[in-house]
This record gives sequence, structure tokens and C-alpha cells, in this order.
Amino acid sequence: MSDPRERMRLSADRDRCAGAGMCALTAPEVFDQDDEEGLVVLLHPVPLPGQWAAARMAVGLCPAGAIALDSPDSTAP
Amino acid sequence: MPYDPTAADPATTTAEEPPILPADRHTGCPFDPPAELTALSDKPLRRLRYADGHLGWLATGHAAARAILADPRFSSRYELMHPPLPIPGMPQELPPAMVGDIIGLDAPEHTRYRRLLTGRFTVRRMRRLTERVERLTTECLDAMEQAGPTADLVQAFAQPVPALMICELLGVPYADRERFQSQVATLFDQTADAQAKGEAHTALLRYFDELVLAKRAEPTDDLLSDLTTSDLTDEELAGIGGLLLAAGLDTTANMLGLGTFALLSNPDQLEALRADPGLAEQTVEELLRYLSVADPIPRAALEDVEVEGQLVRAGETVTVSVQAANRDPHRFPDPDRLVIHRKATGHLAFGHGAHQCLGQQLARVEMTVAFPALFARFPTLRLAVPPQEVPLRERSNIYGVVSLPVTWDEE
Ligand code: HEM
Ligand code: SF4
Repeated sequence: MSDPRERMRLSADRDRCAGAGMCALTAPEVFDQDDEEGLVVLLHPVPLPGQWAAARMAVGLCPAGAIALDSPDSTAP
Repeated sequence: MPYDPTAADPATTTAEEPPILPADRHTGCPFDPPAELTALSDKPLRRLRYADGHLGWLATGHAAARAILADPRFSSRYELMHPPLPIPGMPQELPPAMVGDIIGLDAPEHTRYRRLLTGRFTVRRMRRLTERVERLTTECLDAMEQAGPTADLVQAFAQPVPALMICELLGVPYADRERFQSQVATLFDQTADAQAKGEAHTALLRYFDELVLAKRAEPTDDLLSDLTTSDLTDEELAGIGGLLLAAGLDTTANMLGLGTFALLSNPDQLEALRADPGLAEQTVEELLRYLSVADPIPRAALEDVEVEGQLVRAGETVTVSVQAANRDPHRFPDPDRLVIHRKATGHLAFGHGAHQCLGQQLARVEMTVAFPALFARFPTLRLAVPPQEVPLRERSNIYGVVSLPVTWDEE
């Protein structure tokens, strides 16, 4: 948990995104929506530890299953 | 099959004959699901007998509801569904969605329309409207105060704030409101017969036909004018305009009316909100969960799907009870209490999946501004009638109060 090499990696699938904005509402530092189609924009694919809790919650809330996370202890570059 | 409301009583339902959906929205407390529905919520997914005799399902568990709404194998197309309760004067087969009613479409048709709209309703764009909502709210409160010290909160506040906002966004002249307010109410009224609904819908569409022509001829700075530059036909534009207007007029308004009633009935919670207006956002989430005004959400299985260990067969209708799922004690401890400090996020009041409410960020901004402003302006706001005399929308797809007589002390 405190290993500094640990990373959380996020990915977003704009094809599945429903533009509902739960991500941008829940973790505004990590997710945004574009102005054209309102689809998810990933601001920080590798969020800072201080953003993990909100990012995790956003993944759980996304109604379309469009954002995913690789667990922090998986591959670090 | 004759319709017998008493058959919903679980005490008279035999093990062999599945129950039917409780018709009335509440039995005792105006904010709680009817006791009959709570009695059916012991299993997350159970068999339900539909109005036409169809043997379908009722989902009351939060996890089951979420799984069904997220799964594209459950269709939103009305023509594949059986209505749980009889619709007066309606043939038992439901007609497909009218042009522009994207709630009744599946991908890829649904996706095409939705993508044209989502960019207009992003979190950022809606937050930018905060000041505008504040101004409209202040104007409504000014008028209410001047006419006081009594008011029907629905007429003075709950309806005009979201109505002014959606009219402005769409580019619909607010002065035309008499032409569509009652029609929208008819569309959501479960007791209105098919003919009345049809007439209301036709009138609403005719109104939008005219408006679309006007916007094409002379575009203004609004959503409807912007959409005229897309490849949507006039018919599609009118249909989408009607849907957005109906959804924007009648939903937030009922949350504001019923939500005020709920807060006035829970003085300790109201006090906590007054003491710390920073709690407004989470109060709104908790009110959304606790009141679940848009209910239920129907789906039809396109294939055999296993949900919670049970096999829902292709062709079967599932009624997702939002109000029951939002009171699932496995998801929300002590669910029948309004607790503004709780983490209510994850509620299904805006639905879930590809159709999750398009206007939810607008509704959030409206409510986050409106509730604190109302209680700040009238510190002594209270009901002007005994709570049991507040008239409720018993059978509407959107639950709420018909009127909310309130009073306050003048300084
Ligand atoms: C607190 C207020 C509101 C509540 C509780 C609410 C609730 C819902 C629910 C439950 C759905 C999903 C229906 C389904 O899955 O079949 C929905 C969809 C929708 N809502 Fe709302 N809504 C609210 C406010 C609004 C507002 C203000 C607008 C105005 C723009 C709006 C526009 C829509 C539209 C267009 C859809 C259809 C989305 C689709 O099918 O992709 N809603 N709403
Ligand atoms: S929460 Fe999911 S569906 Fe909604 S905007 Fe974000 S990624 Fe898209």
C-alpha cells in the first residue's frame, strides 16, 4: 500500500461511455467530458495516490462500465 | 384477466400465484414505498404477474437492479414489454417509441441520438449555469415572499425554477407554458387514458413542430437552434424537444416539492443542512435516493440472462423498482431514514446503464441551489396544513406532491 512504485492505471473506453458524467462529478481531477459529445476524457491515466479513492469510486459508479482500473500492485513501468 | 388491486396483498397471494405490482405509490408514510412492495422486497428478483397475464419479473434488490440496467441484453423498446399495471383504454400491446423518444430505443439508434445530446449536458456545462439558476431562484423567492406569508410551494417555487431553466436551455418561450404544462402532466399520469395521453402528445408535438420551423428560420442561442444544424429531421427535432421539455419540467419540480416536504418532516436533518449549507450536494443525493421519484423502470430480455442465480428468459419483462432498490438494506444501512450525512451515491434514482438520466447534472445544479436558498430565505418555513392533508401524486410515473401549502413568519 505504501510502496512508492505502486501505480494505479486507468483506462477509458469512449465507445462504451454514455456521457452521464458520474466520473467527472466524482473525480473531477481525474476525469472530464469533452464539450462535443460529452464523452469521458481521461486527464490522468496514472492518478496520484491522493486521487485514488475518488477514481475508484468513479469506476464503481460509471453506468456504462466505460472506465477500468488496473490494480495498484500490477505492472509498474 | 380482470384487474384486482387486492391481489397485491402478499397475505392473499398463494405460493403458486405470483403477486402483481402494488399500484399505489405509498400506503402510510408519504415518503416510504408501499408496504406491499416492501413485503415483496425480501428477494432481490422475483416473479411478477403482469396486467395482461404475462409472467415476468420484479427486481427490488440494488445489485440485481443495477445489473439489469447495465446489461444491453435487456431492451428499452416499449413494444417488447408487457405493462405491469393496466393502462386505461390502451390495448395490451405497447406501441414503439414515438420519433425522438430515446428512452424507448436500444443501441445503435439510441446511441446516435444520445451522442448528439450528451455534450450539451456535461458536468462542466451544467455547473456554468449555476449563476443563472441562482438568479431564477432568487426571482421566484422574491415573488413568493411578496405574495406571502403563505404559498403553494409547488406553484410558487418547485415548478417555475426548473421550468424557467429548461425553457431557457431549449429556447422555448416561457410565456407559452400554459400550452404545454398540463399536457406534460397528462403524459406522466398513470390514470389518464390512452386517448387523453395521445391528445396531449399530439398537442405537444404540434407545438414543437412550429417551434422547430421558427428556429430553422431564425436561430437563437439555445439547444433547439443548435440541433437544427445537425442531420436530424424536423420530426426528430420536435420529438426530442418534447422529450427534453417533459423530462425537464416534471422531474426536478417533483423532487423540489416532495423534497421540501421531506425536509420539513425531518427537522433535525433540515437543521443540519441549515447549519452547514456545504452539505447541500450530499443532501440532494440522499433526497434522490430516499424519494426515488421516477419509478419504476421497465426492461425486456432479448436473450436468456442469468440474474442473481435466476434465469430470465428471452421475451420476459422485468420491472426494476427504483424505490425498492434505493431502500435495499444491503446497500444502504437503515434505508428508511433520511440521513443527509450518509453516502447516498450509487443510488439508482437517475437509472443506470446507457439510458442513465441525460439531465442529471442539470437537476443536481438546480436542487443544490434551490433547497438551501429556500430555507435561507424563509427560516420559519412550515406546512400550512396537517401533513396527512398534503395531496400526493398517487399514480404517476413521477411521484411527488400535487401542492404543498406552506407558511412563514413575516419580519
Ligand atoms: C431529479 C430529477 C430527475 C430524475 C429523478 C430523473 C430520472 C430519470 C431516469 C430514472 C431515467 C432513466 C430512464 C430509463 O432508464 O428508462 C432518466 C432518463 C432521462 N432523463 Fe431524467 N431525471 C431527472 C431530471 C431530468 C432533467 C432535468 C432532464 C432534462 C434535460 C432529464 C432528461 C432525461 C432524458 C432525456 C432521459 C432519457 C435518456 C436516455 O434514454 O438515454 N431528466 N431520467
Ligand atoms: S461515468 Fe462512465 S458513462 Fe459517464 S461520462 Fe464517465 S465514463 Fe462516460
